[in-house]
Amino acid sequence: MTNHWLRGAAMVALAGLVLAGCASKGSKAEPANGGVAPYDGQTAPASGSGAQSYGFDADGNPFVPGTNQPLTRVFYFDYDQSQLSQSDLTALEMHGEILRNNPERAIVVEGHADERGSREYNLALGERRANAIRSFLTAAGVASTQIESVSYGEERPDDPGHSEAAWSRNRRAALIYR
Amino acid sequence: MRILTGVFLVLAVLVAASVRAAESLDTIIIDAGADRQTRIAIVPFGQGPEFANLQPMADIIGFDLSRSGQFAPLPKQNMLSYPNQPKDVFLRDWRVLGVEYVAIGTVAADASGSITASYHLFDVVNERQMLSETVTGSRRHWRDVAHRVSDRLYESITGIRGAFSTKILYVLARNIGTPGASYSIEIADSDGERSRSLFTSPQPVMSPAWSPDGRRVAYVSFETGRQAIVLQDIFTGQRDLITNFTGINSSPVFSPDGRNLTLVLSKDGNPEIYLMSLADRRLRRLTQHPGIDTEPSWSEDGRFVIFTSDRGGRPQIYQLDITTNMIERLTFVGNYNARARLLPGGKHMVFVHRRESLDHIAWQDLARGDVRVLTQTTLDESPSVAPNGTMLIYATQDRGRGILGVVSLDGRVRYRLPSSAGDVREPSWSPYLDTLNGGW
Repeated sequence: MTNHWLRGAAMVALAGLVLAGCASKGSKAEPANGGVAPYDGQTAPASGSGAQSYGFDADGNPFVPGTNQPLTRVFYFDYDQSQLSQSDLTALEMHGEILRNNPERAIVVEGHADERGSREYNLALGERRANAIRSFLTAAGVASTQIESVSYGEERPDDPGHSEAAWSRNRRAALIYR
Repeated sequence: MRILTGVFLVLAVLVAASVRAAESLDTIIIDAGADRQTRIAIVPFGQGPEFANLQPMADIIGFDLSRSGQFAPLPKQNMLSYPNQPKDVFLRDWRVLGVEYVAIGTVAADASGSITASYHLFDVVNERQMLSETVTGSRRHWRDVAHRVSDRLYESITGIRGAFSTKILYVLARNIGTPGASYSIEIADSDGERSRSLFTSPQPVMSPAWSPDGRRVAYVSFETGRQAIVLQDIFTGQRDLITNFTGINSSPVFSPDGRNLTLVLSKDGNPEIYLMSLADRRLRRLTQHPGIDTEPSWSEDGRFVIFTSDRGGRPQIYQLDITTNMIERLTFVGNYNARARLLPGGKHMVFVHRRESLDHIAWQDLARGDVRVLTQTTLDESPSVAPNGTMLIYATQDRGRGILGVVSLDGRVRYRLPSSAGDVREPSWSPYLDTLNGGW
């Protein structure tokens, strides 16, 4: 935990190198505040998937590419952590693919924290979570101009309850397509 | 225990009078008082029938002294007489009742509509008159006049300046987690009465802070879709958006001289503490660290800024000397210490302290380093100290609802200011205010 941010930054840099070959817009990894899980490099979408169609629902939210199933836009975090969960990477890669292939689309990544701890510190924690996703997406080749991150800290709980179940729903980052 | 029962009796008498203001915080619930409370009689003031629709002044004063925890006012039904003039006060009668002090008074209105409270304080034990004074204000200052009398009685008996003529800022959140959510910056008297909204938004607002002259408030607003720091004049309502950078714009706190604001921005990549000169809005960066640096607060003399940082791996409190930029860690007990505020005098601080996974407000002696937990509640945050350093107000929860709690710095006196209107949080206790003048 002590060198958490250092490790995170190193990993993003590494992910950036791995992806350098297939990044479409020449974007580079930005220094991260939060940790990003190691990128395995194997599930990177092929850069030449031009035949793929990208659908969006009436609100402008994306479908899983090639389907009309909504693609998950909310990602959850462990307590006091900003590490992306391994199981979220596939969906995040799809977001990366969609944004790379729809450069006119932009997103806001909203970072959130649960209510424990002080509010202003939780703003910083929410920002780390939003930035973990932002770093992942820019490393996956999405232009940084397509992504804005904003932290709401503990101010906008998804579940206003005060149980562990509510808290785990509130430690999240959400992708809002504009 | 008998003394405590006395406090509850007094409050029962006062409850009916304090539920009037629908928008105010609810009636204060006193959880515990000091071990040894001073017994005082606040005799009902002589006040004409033109004031019949106002809360009796002696009740307001008695309630002020009660919630300090240091006083047990004598219920008026236990009084043998109701003198309004010094010549009618027979100290031996009060001694029989076990009272140590007696306060009497009258309120009169003049042709211009001003009201004047004339009051007298007697030391029953030493058989002497301690105070004989008047306070004047306009009729809308009824409660302010009462609080001023409370301040004077409190100071005469304890030797500590009273802080009843103060206000609190706080955030009121309604319908959170629904599309109808609303957030407002509220201002109220320190007893929770006369609250009103300074700003209301469907987007969150956070971190209200007083200017040292008590005329302006700084806070965080999400009204632009991201965080902005806003300065607002309490009297004119004029708002001035002073930062709206990408990323975090948070934790505004005025310097003691009112000329600078410390704030937190992450525009350069991660949260750092900045100093903004309010005259020219120039920013000076105070911290340089890739970890989280946030929640700055000033020492009284303006030499130090204390703040929360996870540069050591977990959030702890640090102190920055703003002339030398030297940084020193202040907290070593526990793995979560945050959002500290120094007490007047600068030798102690209060902060959020996690113990066995529960967040409490704790007090620390900076020289000795010992930590004392002040609150028994959990999910406690945002401590703010009264200007006389005797009490602090903080945010906590009661049955799932955000409420404000007050605790004395010795931990013995506790009361709550619940709200039926929504969740209340992030209280900020004002500096001393001249509430009889200057537009209040």
